[in-house]
Amino acid sequence: MIRVLGISGSLRSGSHNTALLRAAAEEAPAGVTLELWDGLRAIPPYDADEDVVPGPPPVEQLRAAVREADAVLIATPEYNSSIPGALKNALDWASRPLATNVFRNKPVAVVGSSTGAFGAVWSQAETRKVLGAMGARVVDAELAVGHVEEKLDAHGRVADDDVRAGLREALELLVAETAPALVAA
Amino acid sequence: MSTTLEQTAVPTGTWQADTVHSGLSFEVPYAVATFGGEVTDFDAALADGTLTGSARVASLKVKDEALQAHLASPEFFDVERHPELRFVSSEIRRDGDSIEIDGELTIKGITRPATLRGTIAGPAVDHFGATRLGLALQTTIDRTAFGMSWNMPLPNGQPALSDEVTLKADLTLVEQ
Repeated sequence: MIRVLGISGSLRSGSHNTALLRAAAEEAPAGVTLELWDGLRAIPPYDADEDVVPGPPPVEQLRAAVREADAVLIATPEYNSSIPGALKNALDWASRPLATNVFRNKPVAVVGSSTGAFGAVWSQAETRKVLGAMGARVVDAELAVGHVEEKLDAHGRVADDDVRAGLREALELLVAETAPALVAA
Repeated sequence: MSTTLEQTAVPTGTWQADTVHSGLSFEVPYAVATFGGEVTDFDAALADGTLTGSARVASLKVKDEALQAHLASPEFFDVERHPELRFVSSEIRRDGDSIEIDGELTIKGITRPATLRGTIAGPAVDHFGATRLGLALQTTIDRTAFGMSWNMPLPNGQPALSDEVTLKADLTLVEQ
């Protein structure tokens, strides 16, 4: 069984991006489970003085969740053309220490949605940049859901076939990337 | 009468790199200067006119631990999936102390043709009676052709890191 950890970049209870992750869990192919991580609110602001071993318990819980997952799917909104602060802060904590951080070599896909036309493309690009610098194995999933509120039903569930197909594709790319040693040398 | 013969023959027999007296390094223009590093775990041999070499990328050393981690990551060498880089020659041309070596270079699982150019010294007998051959070789590659396209724009809009990387091999080969 391949375990994917879903991380939403939004704290809002009715978050569109969390809805994307719930839809991704429903679309997970056979042999794949997606579990949502709900600890974002508890992560303290990054402080190098607090960056000791072990780190703050919520940070250690995040690190353990990423470590135990085979892959990570991040769904992020976009704030002021960039990554939401809470998500960036969580990634900064997770990135420590850099050389051995839990995201190192971890397959990660980034998707996103916004109520505007562009579907958080800049936030997604910057999230991928950050993950690349952390040493993650960032897959080429491209899912930018614009006008996302039009793609949810009255219960906040993703009702759009193209979005669901995009989520399936992102999961398939993640699964392919978790395959052991693709090339010998 | 003494005559200096221009040597054009590549030494025959089998020669193994003395890695203590050999080095493998890279240089790449970065911002306003040149940045470099070295690989410490490697081997090389010249046997029956073919030069081969391989290096363990995990032994790549630079002066900053965070940068070393970045170079090992999937954005650069992807050491987890591609632990070795390799070179195998297809043709060696010698003209006096100049040498050119065509071959195939494999980095990050991607194989491309490459020509190493430089100098050859020896063979000469050392102070312990072993016969040594020196090769000082280098080539310039486009790192993006080997799946390494990371960059950052400078404030002037130019990329911080050059695509062109010079690889250097200074080999002391010992006749077996």
